[in-house]
Amino acid sequence: MRAVLHAGGFCQHDDDLSNGPAGCPGGGIGRRNGLKIRRSQGHAGSIPARGTIPFDHCMLTVEGLHLWRGDRHVLRGVSFSVEAGSCALLTGRNGAGKTTLLRAIAGLLEPEEGQVRWRGIPARAQRDAFHAELAYLGHEPALKGDLTGQENLRYSVGIRRGVAAAEIDAALARTGAAAFADRLVRALSAGQRRRIALAGLLLLNASLWLLDEPTTNLDADGQQLVADLAAEHLARQGLIVAAVHHSLPLPADRLLGIELAA
Amino acid sequence: MKTPAVTVAWLVARRDLRLAFRKPSQLIQPLMFFMIVATLFPLTLTPELSRLRDAAPGVLWVGALLSSLLALEFLFREDAQDGTLEQFALSGQSLTWMLFAKTCTHWLLTGVPLALAGPVVAGMLGVPRPALGGVLAALALGSFALSLIGAISAGLTLGARRGGVLLSLLTLPLAVPVLVFGADATQRAILGDGIASPMYMLGAIAVFGITFAPLAAAAAVRIGLE
Amino acid sequence: MNWVWFHRFGSPPWVYGFAQRWTPWFGGIAVIAMLVALYGGLVLAPADYQQKDAFRMMYVHAPSATMSLMIYTTMAVAAAVGLIWRIKVAHAAAAACAPIGAWFTVATLGTGMLWGKPMWGTYWEWDPRLTSELVLLFLYFGYMALRAAIDDPQKADKASAMLAIVGAVNVPIIHYSVVWWNGLHQENSKKLGSDADMAWSMVWPLLLMLLAFGLYFGAVFLVRLRAELLRRERNASWIREVLT
Repeated sequence: MRAVLHAGGFCQHDDDLSNGPAGCPGGGIGRRNGLKIRRSQGHAGSIPARGTIPFDHCMLTVEGLHLWRGDRHVLRGVSFSVEAGSCALLTGRNGAGKTTLLRAIAGLLEPEEGQVRWRGIPARAQRDAFHAELAYLGHEPALKGDLTGQENLRYSVGIRRGVAAAEIDAALARTGAAAFADRLVRALSAGQRRRIALAGLLLLNASLWLLDEPTTNLDADGQQLVADLAAEHLARQGLIVAAVHHSLPLPADRLLGIELAA
Repeated sequence: MKTPAVTVAWLVARRDLRLAFRKPSQLIQPLMFFMIVATLFPLTLTPELSRLRDAAPGVLWVGALLSSLLALEFLFREDAQDGTLEQFALSGQSLTWMLFAKTCTHWLLTGVPLALAGPVVAGMLGVPRPALGGVLAALALGSFALSLIGAISAGLTLGARRGGVLLSLLTLPLAVPVLVFGADATQRAILGDGIASPMYMLGAIAVFGITFAPLAAAAAVRIGLE
Repeated sequence: MNWVWFHRFGSPPWVYGFAQRWTPWFGGIAVIAMLVALYGGLVLAPADYQQKDAFRMMYVHAPSATMSLMIYTTMAVAAAVGLIWRIKVAHAAAAACAPIGAWFTVATLGTGMLWGKPMWGTYWEWDPRLTSELVLLFLYFGYMALRAAIDDPQKADKASAMLAIVGAVNVPIIHYSVVWWNGLHQENSKKLGSDADMAWSMVWPLLLMLLAFGLYFGAVFLVRLRAELLRRERNASWIREVLT
């Protein structure tokens, strides 16, 4: 028996599929966070049977992901799906594979088994289109130290979509980075850099946010900012998959908790 | 709304140019290295210009190659370390095209100065005035081919320990054709013969490089980012 | 067409068993062929008109050179198969090939030097084939160095696969450029080899030796492949059954 989790409810599938609900209970009540995924070994039972989850509602589906890094079997049959307007929170101890999972979803790492589906189509088959709807915020805010915050965004966002200077300024103001946007990133503190990175996240207009510990280095205001931005994103029917140490203060029915065991 | 490919290339190029001019010392170093290496040869061989002239093609090209290898460090390593290369790979735009833009900019910043310094160094090695134009042309084209080839090995060594020496080890055998034809062109220029023939070969290598090297470099970078 | 037999080559336990069964055959026939070819080349074949007995070095030098190139190609093809179809055994095969190919290149250079002494009077001449072989040796070293320098095994496989492919594409270009370079300096254009057409009695030991070297490579390759598979799959369950 294996749990398939998706936002808005907890679907549990028995071998005879007698308990499976007919579809996604749309406004279902979320259970507790920190639901464990059973460690399935990647056999045929990992793939959700058709008809129990309508894939058109579940924009992002991860199916039976197995990944080895060297000798370590880091991801062991991870499966979950996220629908529009929901956020999946990845929790677990250091080394459990949260970053690895995020990178595997993004397509930076190739899993040995399993696949990631976006809008029902395997992500690998539509890499560029998938990436165009994706924003990845890693451990390092990807900023060049020798450019100012504004210049950084002009280039990093500009290569994805045309963006006007006014838009950049507005985003920087939203994340509280306007005061230091014209200083070289090298001279900024880690928290300030993260605020600029968050502005970049906003500007990309992506549907799926993959966030790796987004609140790192941020003060209490900053952490609230992340929560606000996340809530606004979910309200726009965006999706979030975030690796966090503490939960994000978001409405419970929009949250899906996934705990990875080391 | 998605940025067209040409604009992407232009933005990447501008970004790299802006970054380079904020840290001009990075540009000067390979050039200084070239000149120092070229100076070592007279010190170890002979001060006689007539004999140095015979060795000039070798000195120029080995020096240019070693200095290019040094400069290749700047192509991807910093971008890989601060996460911006990863963002390029995740942008949904053609990584091949972006890396081609980066390589061309890299050549403008390191290969062209090398080519311009070539005649100066060649003059110091006793190469006659009429030959200096040929020296410049050969170095310009050859350094472009070297940048393209080097992009592949730079991508492959992204995930490796002691990447710098390994980068040189991988690039040198692949650079042999460029060296052979470049040195031949220089030698012919010194002797007063036409340099068309080896220049065409260099051009062919450069065209081959333009066609395949960015593709290979993009694949190598994606592997290196894993 | 029944592709099942082909798919078996992607399965580590099957390949391991295959290697175990066939190694003695490859090795045994290789030894016999080598002995016959050596007898044919050293004893039966008449001495060359110009080089007298020195030309007999060809019986080791030429097959070594051919093998060094053939192994590089095999390595590149295996690497490409592993990269494109993501077959682990192919990556193991490429890793197993590399040191053997490098040694054959060293053997080519060594026998070339020993042959050069009676031919040219010096141990080393920058003739096109030897120079190309030297660059090939550097390509092998680069491949092995890249593998050793990357810690993550999957990443090492993929990166060195790319390098093998790029190198394979470049080998003809490098060889041609070296031939060009050598042709520019006419006085060094003596090549290792016999100038006159060779009689059949001289040729058949060469062909047989080439076959013997090929079989020898097969035997050593299969042994190395088994070792690679053991190392890579050491945590897999089939290993325990094999070792008991």
